[in-house]
Amino acid sequence: MGQLFAVEISYRGVFQKNLAKNICRGIVLAAHNEGRPGISFGRYSDSPERNGIPAKSFAIVASDDETLEIGMAQYMPKQVDLTVVLDDTLCKGLEPWAWAGLEPVNHTLKPGKTLIVVSTEPAATLLKMIHKKDAPYKLGILKGLASFSGMWNYKDDHTDMRVLGAIAKALPEMFKFESLEKYITEKLKAPAKVQSALMAYQRLAVTDVKAGEGNQEKPYSFVQPGASQMREGVSIEAAPLGGPYNSAGGYKSGRPDKLMKFSSRTLRPVVDFSVCTKCTLCWLQCQDGSFDVTPDGYYDANMKYCMGCGVCEAVCPVPNCITMVSELAFTDNANQWEAYTKDKAAYKAWLKTKIQNVPARAHGYRYRGQYKEEIPAALEIANKA
Amino acid sequence: MAVMAQTPVEQESELLITGSEAMAIACKLADVDVVTAFPIRPYDTVMQFMSQLIADGKMDCEFIPADGEHSQFEIVKHASTCGARVFVGSSGVGWMYAMEALTVTPALRVPMVAIVGNRALDDPGAFGTEHNDALSVRDLGWHLVWVDSAQEAFDTNLIAYRFAEDKRIMTPVAISLDGAFLTHSQALVKIPTQAQVDKFLPRYDRGNLLFHPDNPISIAPQCNEDWVMEIRLQQYGVTQRSKDVLREVYAEYDSVFGRNYGPNPFFEEYMTEDADVVLLGMGTLSMPVKVAVRKMRAQGKKVGFVRLRWFRPFPGEELAQCLSQFKAVGVIDRDYSLGSPYLSGVVATEVRTALYPGNGPKPPVLGFICGLGGREVYEADIEKMTAACFEAAAGKPQPLTQWIGVRE
Repeated sequence: MGQLFAVEISYRGVFQKNLAKNICRGIVLAAHNEGRPGISFGRYSDSPERNGIPAKSFAIVASDDETLEIGMAQYMPKQVDLTVVLDDTLCKGLEPWAWAGLEPVNHTLKPGKTLIVVSTEPAATLLKMIHKKDAPYKLGILKGLASFSGMWNYKDDHTDMRVLGAIAKALPEMFKFESLEKYITEKLKAPAKVQSALMAYQRLAVTDVKAGEGNQEKPYSFVQPGASQMREGVSIEAAPLGGPYNSAGGYKSGRPDKLMKFSSRTLRPVVDFSVCTKCTLCWLQCQDGSFDVTPDGYYDANMKYCMGCGVCEAVCPVPNCITMVSELAFTDNANQWEAYTKDKAAYKAWLKTKIQNVPARAHGYRYRGQYKEEIPAALEIANKA
Repeated sequence: MAVMAQTPVEQESELLITGSEAMAIACKLADVDVVTAFPIRPYDTVMQFMSQLIADGKMDCEFIPADGEHSQFEIVKHASTCGARVFVGSSGVGWMYAMEALTVTPALRVPMVAIVGNRALDDPGAFGTEHNDALSVRDLGWHLVWVDSAQEAFDTNLIAYRFAEDKRIMTPVAISLDGAFLTHSQALVKIPTQAQVDKFLPRYDRGNLLFHPDNPISIAPQCNEDWVMEIRLQQYGVTQRSKDVLREVYAEYDSVFGRNYGPNPFFEEYMTEDADVVLLGMGTLSMPVKVAVRKMRAQGKKVGFVRLRWFRPFPGEELAQCLSQFKAVGVIDRDYSLGSPYLSGVVATEVRTALYPGNGPKPPVLGFICGLGGREVYEADIEKMTAACFEAAAGKPQPLTQWIGVRE
């Protein structure tokens, strides 16, 4: 058996699909320049993709056709030589819509290999989110924002080329930078892109991560039942009925225990209970029924079920009552109302830091011209790197 | 998309494309006139690539979005009777929704190429591969072929047009591509020149079956029971000729494009020369099976693999001759045939039938139901099936049907 390389790209569904696909194509065609055959594919169960849902694309490269078949024989690679994360909020883990459970982002990475994250955050911040692994590995940070490059209505910001340059650095056994350069000049006919790739190749910052280092939380998982334990007739039991929030009253919706959502969201609502008028709109409009009614009549977003869509913020009639904040600002899924009840002053201080000192909302543009406005900041990030 | 910008016309080239894109490019080179579409996954990827070729001005073709699969298949049927080269396709329950149109197409001697992006039938709504969709028309006169690579998908598309439009055949072909494994993964595919394709594929000529004012005929008039058996016998005649015509077309393909699909085009034999037992299956199952066979060979186990390409026409004589050399045969069905003899899958049942008439040795045929709904077929599963075949070869009776890789 010859050499087999597998690369996994984790991305946000729909928005980053073409970006991930373009990177995988680049991997296969750059390696092809060194005489290595390869294929690329998306994880089938992600498609049809839902907006923002964690999804995966793969590239497999081998030293020869027979070895490639070993890679192709698998539905998806079980172990990879390199993982790329195109949106740093995915560092909390992946929950594909068709896969019930939370998969750590470094789950399939072989020991000693590199996890490349596109982010402007330092390694320490990312490692608070990335689950611990039994073996050491490397964390490479490619400075940049979560890009939608490759989407038809989005500027080509060369993120694909930068990632490919970083890959050439982290895994030169798969393809050398010269082969990537050949692909970009001959196939894409875009010399300016070579420069982007080269800068990423030269600047990729890599940190060693020790075994056991990272987020210590045990990722949510469960065992799938066998045919004899399942109900007949393609049927499932309804979610249980709701009940009181606690002994003091209130109301907690009944929810399915196997369909929790942690990593589907890139933003989460934080609630300033002190200005809430208890108008019920967030509770009524939430599409996932993720709000609980507290015993004192407030509405508290349950972080096990919130998808981060932002409807609550949009419908809330009170200024600054509900604010959507980037997931990067949080390391847990703690209950906000309980913290508020326990110590109102401390909660207010916490709220202030979350709303004022957090990374700007990434993930897309909300009005015409926003991209243009953000170019100077993006340039600054790129120049600093 | 960048891929399409590279679509070649003048020179032979190699593109990194999915099986679905390969199909779309083959249709462009075959100069297809009418395409009907209705979205269902995974077939819809072909539809997307083809509409893109048309929108980019690279393909001259009527692209008709239908109101459902039934209309989709009716429209191409009518267009084909008027002399248009047509392309159509569907998946899973979409294919089933077109069933009435599917049944009438072969009887009217309407050649067309359809793609079935194999998908599990609902319920439950799932997208993974299962072969029951395409197999549902196995008795109706459709020719059915399974491919296992994007290159083979491309080649088979051109072969299918040439075969379907042959005057001795004039019936439809459905090309099955396993959902995900072929429709959604990108591999390098060799694309020939337009001149090569034109040399291989003549213009579609319906002759005296053309529905045109210059050739006044009426198609499908109401008739009573006095006529039905004769009409069916004509269709039966096609099936008697189809294997010979297929052999000719594959030989011709080899001579123009230089790609040879083996001594007979109906199935591929892999490491069977000195095998004691063989596994048999269709589609992309070949990938894990070939890898496992190589591994078992390295351990000294004499096992081989037969990949059935053409299910209709079913190569009964050829398979019987091939399989009777072995001590046991394990058929892997990515389908089910509930209530069938020995409760086996469709392919196992057909293979047993093929082996029955001859005077040669009749190895035990074990049926394995595996990989339904796109479930991965693991090396360990294949080793387990092979072990059962060796037991059967040694004279120890084995269950005739086993479910492999299922949570019980």
